[in-house]
Amino acid sequence: MKKMVVLLFVVIASHLYAQKIKGSDTVLPLAQKEAEIYMQVSPGILTTVTGGGSGVGILSLLEGTTDIAMSSRSLKYEERLRFKELGREVMETVIAFDALCVIVHPSNRVTALTRQQLEDIFRGKITRWSQVGGENIPVVVYVRETSSGTYEFFKETVLKYKNYMAGALSMPATGTVIQSVSQTRGAIGYVGFPYVNDKVKTLKITQNGKEYPVVRPLLLYYLRPAVSEVQSFVDFVLSDSGQQIAREMGYIEVQHEENR
Amino acid sequence: MKKIVELCVRNVLFVSAAVTTLAIVLIVIFLFRQGVGLFARPAVEEGFSLVVSAGNPVKKLTPQQVKLIFDGDVDNWSFLGGSHEPIEIYRWNEEIPVMNERSIAFIPTQYVSSLPGVRTVDMGRISPGDYFGGREWFPTSQPVPLFGVLPLLAGTLWVSLAAILFALPFGLAIAIYMAELAPKRIHGILKPVIELLAGIPSVVYGFFGLVVLVPLIQKSMNLPVGETAFAGAVVLAIMALPTIVTVAADALRTVPKAAREASLALGASQMQTIFRVTIPYCASGILAAVVLGIGRAVGETMAVLMVTGNAAIIPDSLFKPVRTIPATIAAELGEAPAGGAHYQALFMLGIILFFITLLISISVEIMSSRKRRQEI
Repeated sequence: MKKMVVLLFVVIASHLYAQKIKGSDTVLPLAQKEAEIYMQVSPGILTTVTGGGSGVGILSLLEGTTDIAMSSRSLKYEERLRFKELGREVMETVIAFDALCVIVHPSNRVTALTRQQLEDIFRGKITRWSQVGGENIPVVVYVRETSSGTYEFFKETVLKYKNYMAGALSMPATGTVIQSVSQTRGAIGYVGFPYVNDKVKTLKITQNGKEYPVVRPLLLYYLRPAVSEVQSFVDFVLSDSGQQIAREMGYIEVQHEENR
Repeated sequence: MKKIVELCVRNVLFVSAAVTTLAIVLIVIFLFRQGVGLFARPAVEEGFSLVVSAGNPVKKLTPQQVKLIFDGDVDNWSFLGGSHEPIEIYRWNEEIPVMNERSIAFIPTQYVSSLPGVRTVDMGRISPGDYFGGREWFPTSQPVPLFGVLPLLAGTLWVSLAAILFALPFGLAIAIYMAELAPKRIHGILKPVIELLAGIPSVVYGFFGLVVLVPLIQKSMNLPVGETAFAGAVVLAIMALPTIVTVAADALRTVPKAAREASLALGASQMQTIFRVTIPYCASGILAAVVLGIGRAVGETMAVLMVTGNAAIIPDSLFKPVRTIPATIAAELGEAPAGGAHYQALFMLGIILFFITLLISISVEIMSSRKRRQEI
């Protein structure tokens, strides 16, 4: 009888192995979709995906309360130090890329900007569209709130760590950025590629005559050596079917060579 | 038996009052404890230092100066009282920088001792003067965050005052109409409609404001941006309306019939009765309506977050974007590391908000007590 109970427990436990994934809200929709399909193809594994922000996910991985951390930025210096202090080795895997698009009102005549012009606009040095070949109307700059990973990423790559202008209008969500840009003639803002719709126009960004892609990797962090369940999920995400999901959702797929 | 029931009721009432008071006091204590550590913090991000070469004559820098340097807006030491040399900036990218006499570097404090010939710039602590008198709010700026609350304070006051100016005449007019003039049937329709307004979630107001009001304001006034203090004030006025109307109408209804009838019997018209007798009689109640309305406007978060544009600049007109204190707390607290300078600065904003509300209630208390003394 006792054996039966133990056996039952083992069976239930192995069936209900719940793998926890936590972190960035940017990666969240992709990871959710991936987990959904993954659970269909490999029954018996339960995967829970929750958001909270990149920092939250990494902190949970440090404390051992999650198996995988999602992140839209790479580990910070302090975070890497803490992993080292705990004697843990952490693995980083790029699962897809998210392109940031610079968007303007559809009536805007400007079709392309250089990286430098973009920096000057978001820093408040260029204040009228006529300075970059558009109509003579004031530029209205929309950014995200400081809590957003997108805000930090755009600041690091396009502005080269400089601060945005104080007068930039900061919006609480991606949806409100699109809404505001679509109804303001002089507006400029940035959103992730999956969110772009026909109500706004995207601009081409160039640097030294070449296209300047504002692309960030979407990452998964997990401890090494990886538990087999974790490894099989990561393998699934990187497989052709996993990458197809990413492509269908508007993300840029990972080239296989990059990960191997 | 009756006595025991009475005793029980008495105790229940006492306990609930005590618990509520205690909870409020604890919340206030929590607010202060979280916020008050701010001014003991170093101005530079914790664990990091700003270093220059030992021979550099610049000894001290203000947070504003550091921001200008790292944004590339000040690129020569001569602007800062040093020699006429260009400034070279190093941000921490996990490599120990090679320093020369022109450079300024932002590095973890533990590496300062391993760099020869450098000196840490004295930045001091976050000062109350910079906080309460600062004009720039860059809470995540590196290497030195700027916490200047003036633009946020100005934004909050602008939006709330404008909102109350819009809401007050309308609210009082509706209240007077409902309490004194409206036929029973119209009163029966108007009252639930007004009260329904209070039940709509503020996000809905915010979205309505963003999609309908903001483009309307922008087009009709021919403004470059529609997200302005004005838009916020209109949305807040609509939101404060139910509070003002219900409280003011209730106050008007407390006026004894005898007072009204005496006035009418003396030959006063209905309007004269309303403005000379009824309203003065319940002035303190109407004042309470105003205060509750202001309280609603000052503390409202979500709707304002969506329509005012949230630009942290001191507005010079109603038709400029503004950032309010509640919107700032709501937008930033989620990602601010608990216990850090940014977190404490946000709690400090909560304390400011607390004092604004306290000030309003105290002034109303004084006003209404003065009123009462006159009557006696």
